Amino acid sequence: MKIIATNALPKSADDQKTLQIGNDAELADLVASGALEGVQRVELQFPKFTDGRAYTQALLLRRRYRFAGDIRATGDVLIDQLVHMHRSGFTSAVLAPGVDAAAAERQFARFAAFYQGDVLEPRPLFAREAA
Amino acid sequence: MYQYTDFDKQFVKLRAQQFRDQLERWQRGELTDEQLLPLRLQNGWYIQRYAPMARIAVPYGEISSTQLRTLAHIAREYDKPAPELLAHAQATQDALQDAQPGATLAAPPLRYGYGHFTTRTNVQFNWIPLNRAADVMDLLASVSMHGIQTSGNDIRNITCDALEGIAEDSIVDTRPYAEITRQWSSLHPEFTYLPRKFKIAFNGAEEDRAATGWYDIGLQARRADDGSVGFAVKVGGGMGRTPIIGSVVREFLPWDQLLNYIEAVVRTYNSYGRRDNKWKARIKILVKSEGQNFIDAVEKEYHDIVHLDGAPHTITQAELDRVSSHFVVPELKAAHLPSKVSPQGQLYQRWLQQNVRGHRLPGLKTVTLSFKRPGFATGDADADTLDALAQLAEQFSAAEARLTHEQNLMLPWVHESDLPALYEAARALGLAQPNIGLLTDMIICPGGDYCSLANARSLHIGAAVTERYQDLDELFDLGPIDLHMSGCINSCGHHHSGHIGILGVDKDGKEWYQITLGGADGSALSGPAIGGKVVCPSFTAAEVPDVIEALLATFRALRKPGELFIDALRRIGHDPFKQAANGARRPKADQEALAEQD
Repeated sequence: MKIIATNALPKSADDQKTLQIGNDAELADLVASGALEGVQRVELQFPKFTDGRAYTQALLLRRRYRFAGDIRATGDVLIDQLVHMHRSGFTSAVLAPGVDAAAAERQFARFAAFYQGDVLEPRPLFAREAA
Repeated sequence: MYQYTDFDKQFVKLRAQQFRDQLERWQRGELTDEQLLPLRLQNGWYIQRYAPMARIAVPYGEISSTQLRTLAHIAREYDKPAPELLAHAQATQDALQDAQPGATLAAPPLRYGYGHFTTRTNVQFNWIPLNRAADVMDLLASVSMHGIQTSGNDIRNITCDALEGIAEDSIVDTRPYAEITRQWSSLHPEFTYLPRKFKIAFNGAEEDRAATGWYDIGLQARRADDGSVGFAVKVGGGMGRTPIIGSVVREFLPWDQLLNYIEAVVRTYNSYGRRDNKWKARIKILVKSEGQNFIDAVEKEYHDIVHLDGAPHTITQAELDRVSSHFVVPELKAAHLPSKVSPQGQLYQRWLQQNVRGHRLPGLKTVTLSFKRPGFATGDADADTLDALAQLAEQFSAAEARLTHEQNLMLPWVHESDLPALYEAARALGLAQPNIGLLTDMIICPGGDYCSLANARSLHIGAAVTERYQDLDELFDLGPIDLHMSGCINSCGHHHSGHIGILGVDKDGKEWYQITLGGADGSALSGPAIGGKVVCPSFTAAEVPDVIEALLATFRALRKPGELFIDALRRIGHDPFKQAANGARRPKADQEALAEQD
């Protein structure tokens, strides 16, 4: 997962075709309208870090709508939620102002595996162990 | 009971390590209080009136002697306020007491060194300093315990009927299904920041003893004609400010679809549940406001999980078998300890009647130890008692015990021949009051003595009622009555489901109490779950025991021979009870005169 400090964000937009999706948007409608066609990056928003709607959006974009581009977390993005984001399908995150990117890295090393399946490993632990 | 695998053990250790890292970053100022808040809640750490509270999960209430000893150690060594903190806390509580209107009830002093059994089979400690929190989590992890998701806006500790697998009316032992669901819900990446908390309960018997109607998701086990297992699924029950009984959304969900279906429910809730108003954020509000639209959305999501996503969380027979293999009958042998108990003695007979229940296996009984006793808050066990419980469980119940949602502790594997010796041992510990199911077997939250959410104290009212109803002849004459009390509308004391409910409310900084009548938790005693109705304007603390006495006197005057309180209340209606309650109100002048005498 690409973790970007706010002050490291390029001042001008890069050349990625980006679609910003509000966390109350109906994904099914967006997809049906063709809004995702040609999009290279989707930005999902965390207005507050405690608002968890974008986790579901990211997961559905990956698992159900097969979106293969970058999914970026923006807004109130803190360190202790990054692993959840990664597992839900986010591939980049812009940290909220003042958050230290160095402490973020070691969060990814802690758990080698989890019980439930996610975007990175759709099978739950019991199905992995049986395989 | 479930035995942790190497993976499970490592998982709780890593979780404790992660929590230590988070606390350290907070102490260094790298995390703000606001940023730490959900992280500590997700590990069971609240900040209360005076100190942090740790809430430890005891899934399905099942606890081993080893775990009880660890809780005893934590109670003894960690649940200790600094002297100046305790002095400050007691002085603040004393000032609160002095500020109450008119005459009031004597308030027991604040205590420490206790574990508190809750209605959701957690154990709470009230005085552990936050700088020792990480050490406590390490200790707990060493005996396969944790506080994962015992708080926060996530899927909480899962509960079951305390008699799962041993009840005479058992349909299915739901503990393996609950354990599979617990593992699936632990550190779920998508569902850790829900609009609000989310509680799941299982019930595997004919009688609903798990209050499933009152849960966000209530799962009632069923067997189809061909013997296959499934669940009736209720969604959207809950207490709080808006008490609602869950709606049945599925009559029979095949067992292997459990996780897929719960995922559909929680995903729908995560996407559409309100986040603008804490009081309207529970799933019950969404279910109530959207009705069939909600059910349609869940069914659509479930369909997509199965047909588009490939249903990756379909439970396999192998996994069910693996987890089920933990929930087997342990090796049992009778203790054959000598006893001086006279089997015909009235006290012993009463204990047999109230505290001992039948068992699925011949020759065995379940025994409930009563944590409703004078001098102690409901569900409180000090370090010595926790140690003694560990020993009792070892001697009489294969080193296993179960917390019950009524805040007692049950021994699930007692030989019938051991009952007299167990009675004697329980009595020596003060845990043999034959009051299970009777008036004094109250459910009570810690209230305004500890909890920062509480509007009013509850423990002093519990103490007064306990003291007033010590006469067993009277208690037995009154028969089974559910008396539930909460110190605020969050309803941790389940007042909505009490035949008599007491709710603490705040008026201008003073404590008042509303009385409700006619609630039901869903068990056989009082039929389908329903919320009680408020009877009249609220009372002072000092009036509450009198109001209860007046309600009970009305019951005794109007009942038919053998009629239970709840049945009489329903037959007669609330009016005579309301009048009696109002009659117990003290005129203002009397209250002032009484206050003078204090």
